Amino acid sequence: MTVLQKIGIGLFLIGICVFTAVLGLDSYKLDPSAINISNEYHQAAFMEAAKSTTLFEQEYPSSANFMTALKTTFKQAQNSLAGQTIPDGVGEWDYKLGDWKFKEYFKDDIFKNASFGTVNDNPIMWWLLSVGLAMLGGLFYIIPKFSDRPGIKSNGIFHSPMERGLTWKWRAALLGIVIPGILLYGFFYSYDWFWPVVTTAFVSLIIALVMYYQGSKDNNPQRSAGPDFTGWLGIVTGIYMVTFYVFLYWAPHYITGWATMFDPFSYALNGGPASKWFVYGMLYTIIIIVMGVRMFAKYRHNKYQLVRTGSVIFFQTAFAFLIPQIMSLLEQPLLSKDFKNIWPLDYEFFFSYNLDKLIEGGGLGIFMLVWGIVLIVIAVPVITYFYGKRWYCSWVCGCGGLAETLGDPYRQLSDKSLRAWKYERWIIHGVLTFAVVMTVMTLYTYFSGNNEVLGMNTEKVRSWYSFLIGAGFAGVVGTGFYPLMGNRVWCRFGCPLSAYLGLIQRYKSRFRITTNGGQCISCGNCSTHCEMGIDVRSYAQKGQDIVRASCVGCGVCSAVCPRGVLRLENGSGDIAERTDPIRAIHITEDQIKLLS
Amino acid sequence: MHIAIIGNGISGITAARYLRKLSDHKITVISAETDHFFSRTALMYIYMGHMRFEDTKPYEDWFWTKNRIDLKRAYVSKVDTANKTLQFSEGDDLKYDKLIIACGSTPNKFGWPGQDLDKVHGMYSYQDLEAMEKHSEGLKKAVIVGGGLIGIEMAEMFHSRHIPVTFLVRENSFWNGVMPPEESQMINREILANGIDLQLETELKEIIDDGNGAAKAAVTSKGETIECGFVGLTAGVSPNIKFLADSGIEMTRGIMVNEFLETNVPDVYAIGDCANARNPLPGRRPIEAIWYTGRMMGETVAYNICGKKIAYDPGIWFNSAKFFDIEYQVYGTVSARPAENHTSLYWEHSDGNKSIRIVFDKENNQIIGFNLMGVRYRHEVCEKWLKDKVNVEDVLQNLGMANFDPEFFEEYESDVIALYNKQAGKNLSLKKRRGLNAVLSFLGRGK
Ligand SMILES: Cc1cc2nc3c(=O)[nH]c(=O)nc-3n(C[C@H](O)[C@H](O)[C@H](O)COP(=O)(O)OP(=O)(O)OC[C@H]3O[C@@H](n4cnc5c(N)ncnc54)[C@H](O)[C@@H]3O)c2cc1C
Ligand code: SF4
Repeated sequence: MTVLQKIGIGLFLIGICVFTAVLGLDSYKLDPSAINISNEYHQAAFMEAAKSTTLFEQEYPSSANFMTALKTTFKQAQNSLAGQTIPDGVGEWDYKLGDWKFKEYFKDDIFKNASFGTVNDNPIMWWLLSVGLAMLGGLFYIIPKFSDRPGIKSNGIFHSPMERGLTWKWRAALLGIVIPGILLYGFFYSYDWFWPVVTTAFVSLIIALVMYYQGSKDNNPQRSAGPDFTGWLGIVTGIYMVTFYVFLYWAPHYITGWATMFDPFSYALNGGPASKWFVYGMLYTIIIIVMGVRMFAKYRHNKYQLVRTGSVIFFQTAFAFLIPQIMSLLEQPLLSKDFKNIWPLDYEFFFSYNLDKLIEGGGLGIFMLVWGIVLIVIAVPVITYFYGKRWYCSWVCGCGGLAETLGDPYRQLSDKSLRAWKYERWIIHGVLTFAVVMTVMTLYTYFSGNNEVLGMNTEKVRSWYSFLIGAGFAGVVGTGFYPLMGNRVWCRFGCPLSAYLGLIQRYKSRFRITTNGGQCISCGNCSTHCEMGIDVRSYAQKGQDIVRASCVGCGVCSAVCPRGVLRLENGSGDIAERTDPIRAIHITEDQIKLLS
Repeated sequence: MHIAIIGNGISGITAARYLRKLSDHKITVISAETDHFFSRTALMYIYMGHMRFEDTKPYEDWFWTKNRIDLKRAYVSKVDTANKTLQFSEGDDLKYDKLIIACGSTPNKFGWPGQDLDKVHGMYSYQDLEAMEKHSEGLKKAVIVGGGLIGIEMAEMFHSRHIPVTFLVRENSFWNGVMPPEESQMINREILANGIDLQLETELKEIIDDGNGAAKAAVTSKGETIECGFVGLTAGVSPNIKFLADSGIEMTRGIMVNEFLETNVPDVYAIGDCANARNPLPGRRPIEAIWYTGRMMGETVAYNICGKKIAYDPGIWFNSAKFFDIEYQVYGTVSARPAENHTSLYWEHSDGNKSIRIVFDKENNQIIGFNLMGVRYRHEVCEKWLKDKVNVEDVLQNLGMANFDPEFFEEYESDVIALYNKQAGKNLSLKKRRGLNAVLSFLGRGK
């Protein structure tokens, strides 16, 4: 490691520490004018309660203290309303204050607006000391890699405490905490037991199907699932990332310090204050750029990787981040959208609020509606037919972009076992089914006005999907688990768009990874470095081309193969027999007949 | 019928897999090395941290039970062919009806003084890897003896951990017994560029004992004494057949086999690195210690045992390797000392790290071989050209079909043709660029 790299690590660590500390620096003081509850009874009761708790008079040193005071006041208002008789003609819950109203009335911007102190006074300074230093540190660490000789640089990944992965016990423990944790939280989140229980039943069903019906129970030990070492730094990183997502989705009140720090950028780009989504979007873009530079250094002998990395950086920076910002600045809310986001990944596309917005938006709105539908029914099948699902998953998509840059150091941690593949197929197609059913129900409600289907409330289905898949799966597990289970956990197991693209790729596409005759030496580099957990070697050593629904065409198997065995390519000549295992079979039936 | 297989390398395992595909016989695979088949060719990547040992196993551990292939971890100390019995070093034994010997190779030792000291190892087995790992802790210098494919891999391994290496090579240019001079020199440059102390025309004289039975220095034929904590012996391999000494099986350097891979003893077969062909096919060596031939022999022997007799025919020669960052592929005949009638078109990239050599018959212009450095070519296309003895000018005009480099990589086929035109005074041009569709129709696929 060079001196510059050591300095880089130091700066990065300082940056991360400051970034975390920023959340605790400012204090909070609430102005009465910030409370504008539309329900007059609730407003009055709350203001009344605030007097007795002196909510508006005090300064709170931390978001946690402030939250406690807010909750105490809310409770008091709740109690005072509960003790009174409901006036005639007023619905029970229009008068009484329900628990679930807290989330609705007190969004994170209340916290952001109530905060004051050094971060509010010097947002740019704190941004530079946190994000800026971490970025600089990252670049210092990466830049010296350009002086290595070009070529595959995977030395020591399985010796690194950051990249070598977990023992299966650790993996099981972390999954065992996070998944039930999310379901349990879902119970409180949705104030309903129905969907958490249904989900638990489905999870159990899938486990039973894979283990008993498909006979995976005896397939022990799994390959690549049980290394003998545990990368403690990876575990720390994973926990940090999981925590980040949990706060981002479900406890944004505590992280408004970041939004404060990002305000100047937000004002400059879109003319408004920074929301948590602005913070997330900008961080996401910065990370893809910085880690994209790392990709340029690492794969600079491989032009496919360079072009592809350039592409994900471009689509993230321009399409996902800048264009929507600039469109809001130009007061074009209809165009302030990620043009490349496609249903069902963009699961809100058919939500009534979005449809209303588009339909009421005149020509532009209709254009956006048609554009979205064209992407789904024409672009996806046609482009996938020509180039495979890679055109989206590893060239355009933002989730894919993060996986291919930030996630690249962890690609070797995906589970290659047959058992994992079985789980993958049930889960990802399960999510696709869920997405379709949820969308159909939503549309039914949209057109009929009836919000009950088979006794299920479509609104609740929608919000459970957003909670479970949109936040829990795509964010907390999908990204938080990079250092724990590889960088494509979401794309491999969860993404419904990936499932849709995959079905087309598997059944009707010119794309495949060609195996170069008999040249494979079964070394396993390709399988090890496959982020989708495809056992590439099992095909290559048979001389069979690789046609798999999950393949995102990142091209790394081809890059790391020491014998030049693999090539990603498209050809229409033999679509029907792409999957035939014909080539490295050395002796054919004909030859035997001739001799015997 | 019970078929016993000695050796769980690529040869023995391929035999077992095909036996299972073709029959219902009882199969036992015996190895002293590891419980499960792993890829020997990937040993270096474990040391370099690209993979774990787990990742080098081509099949998951449950595969063997599921396919009813019994595995036995034991060392066969004696083969009693009269009683069809294997005797193990632990004292137990095993009866067989048919025996396949696939016992592989062992690193050569040429009687150097000190060759059996501690910290002196070849790089062949999993145990050798463990030894390298053990001795790498705090290692300041390693000396590697023997300039072959395993030697250069060992150099790369130490280099990956920043351990300085002195590489003693007997020849005056790396691997020039196999490689034509230009390619050989390209490898020399690559070795030096990686900071390896490459000493050509230098041999090992002796290894000095540190007083505790371990190596402390190597003395070279040039009289230099190199202090080192590890000596790697990589001067080739030979069949690992000592344990067969009085089994009645005929052996010379390896186990003698006919074209059906049968030994002189009925029901005993030999395949892979340890097999020595009685009548090698034209242009082929009696022992070919490479992965691919082991795999093909494993398949052939299974057919023969299952009563579908077929002669071993490895087809057109091919091989590949990697020298640090330069990949190498060969198809057909490319020789360091070409036959009289062979000539070659040699194109080298200006960066000095890539080359394409096309060997052909100067009398009738028939294609003979391809040698690629830093460029990937398509096996089946080259093979078809070679089999059909196509005219080199046809090959050149369609050369794009052979290109197997990833998308966006530069294509050099036009440069190769330009060179040919210049040398032969011709005016050919490239008709087919890289791409799959032309290849599919050339190979007659998808019809
Ligand atoms: C480091 C390295 C890199 C290589 N790279 C390449 C490459 O890139 N390309 C290529 O084509 N070839 C390569 N080779 C050569 C290739 O690996 C061998 O040709 C091939 O593995 C031979 O397979 P095999 O099945 O014949 O024997 P082996 O793989 O040697 O298997 C024989 C097994 O039998 C066991 N055995 C032997 N005797 C007994 C006994 N008495 N009792 C019990 N068990 C016994 C041994 O322990 C061993 O496990 C490489 C070899 C090495 C060492
Ligand atoms: S990396 Fe290449 S040689 Fe190794 S197993 Fe994969 S395809 Fe075969």
